Amino acid sequence: MSSLGTIAFTPNAIPQAAAPNLMPLRVRDLGLSFEGEAVLSGVNLDLGPHGCTAIMGPNGAGKSLLLKLLHGLISPTTGEINWGGQTAAAAMARQALVFQKPVLLRRSVAANIDFVLRAKGRPRSLCNALLDHVGLAQKARQPARLLSGGEAQRLALARALATEPDVLFLDEATASLDPASILSIETIVRDACARGVRVICVTHDIGQARRLADDVVFLQGGRIAEHSAARDFFSAPQTTAARDYLNGRLVL
Amino acid sequence: MQSIADAFTLALQLVLSGNADLFEIVALSLRVSLTATFLACLCGLPLGAFMAISRFPGRGILLVLMNALMGLPPVVVGLLVYLHLSRSGPLGFLGLLYTPTAMIIAQTILIAPIIAALSRQVLEDLHMEYAEQFRSLCLNQWQTVTALLWDARYSLLTVGLAGFGRAVAEVGAVIIVGGNIDHLTRVMTTAIALETSKGDLALALALGLLLLTIALGVNAAVQSLRMSARRQAYV
Repeated sequence: MSSLGTIAFTPNAIPQAAAPNLMPLRVRDLGLSFEGEAVLSGVNLDLGPHGCTAIMGPNGAGKSLLLKLLHGLISPTTGEINWGGQTAAAAMARQALVFQKPVLLRRSVAANIDFVLRAKGRPRSLCNALLDHVGLAQKARQPARLLSGGEAQRLALARALATEPDVLFLDEATASLDPASILSIETIVRDACARGVRVICVTHDIGQARRLADDVVFLQGGRIAEHSAARDFFSAPQTTAARDYLNGRLVL
Repeated sequence: MQSIADAFTLALQLVLSGNADLFEIVALSLRVSLTATFLACLCGLPLGAFMAISRFPGRGILLVLMNALMGLPPVVVGLLVYLHLSRSGPLGFLGLLYTPTAMIIAQTILIAPIIAALSRQVLEDLHMEYAEQFRSLCLNQWQTVTALLWDARYSLLTVGLAGFGRAVAEVGAVIIVGGNIDHLTRVMTTAIALETSKGDLALALALGLLLLTIALGVNAAVQSLRMSARRQAYV
């Protein structure tokens, strides 16, 4: 993948996501403890039906755990998560998560997509459109695990989109990728967002959050320190921790 | 008593001359052991996969039992199958004793635990890598098991090979339930035991050579498949 220009967005080939009816998200008094030690506590969060939310914060703040809680991969110790009237576990089938390190099946690139399409009962003919969409059509027959980091992540993203999710979670999906790969991933995410997919991403990349996010949730020490519109967050953060984080100072 | 060198010469002559009796024994050995391996895989792989992805009370005890069964003594298996298939046994009416089918049953019982235990380990390791992704995709148990079995296919070939190796090399079970009857249930290992006891080392050595060649050939084929898969990062 050399440039964004090679990503052919084919809006007619990939069905548009229906208006997400999993939204709004309402989280109340969410807490998570491991062996009695709280890693997340008192998390209250309301997210609207559209756009992209960035979850930011220093390492160990609980960003990825919050994402996995919202997705239903782990169960909270306290509190509740409500996706438009459904629990996180019930809503999981209509969400997709892209991990920081993509877990690719030991198959060809196309077979990775085909596997998800079959598992979700979606038309297998969508495979080519999805590969086209993420710029991997030329590599359809190659072994997936021989792809470069950026290509592998685009395949993981295509696989996530193959589930036709209402909500797309990205857990530091562009960490350790080169700028061109980051940009191509962001283009795909922005396209998904524009087609009505609700995006919630964890990122350390302030530039990426500026480019993608409509609002920012800033976590520190397992609590939400700040949740505001991206423009407000980056121009006038309300908390010292967020200010220090944005200024590159050490936040403990 | 022939010298070992003479026995080797005779063995080579037997192999090269295409001795019909020799190849009949080899063919039966392959038929019995390959069928047993196939049947053991049919039972053992799903069981291994189920054990790899399931968590339930008593699983630990079951795993210990499964691993212990890998060391089943062939003569004990042979004896148990014999007791079931003998005329006075519960399955005596089937008339299977001293037939290749009885030998297949005994070898299947012998190697199914090996296939199950080894595949459980292979699939559990793979599942650790895939588990979170599969849960995120909301795959059901059937989809998870089939995906794991397919993705671990090259590693499972080695598991199958271990089972086949055990089957084709064992003598205790097949001699009890097969009876080593000429032209009916005589396989390589039982023939080697018989010919050695008779002092006819040539046929014994010829069979031994063939057994080694088959083992080497099957191993080489599986190894080359695995290497090709490794080049494509499928292992």
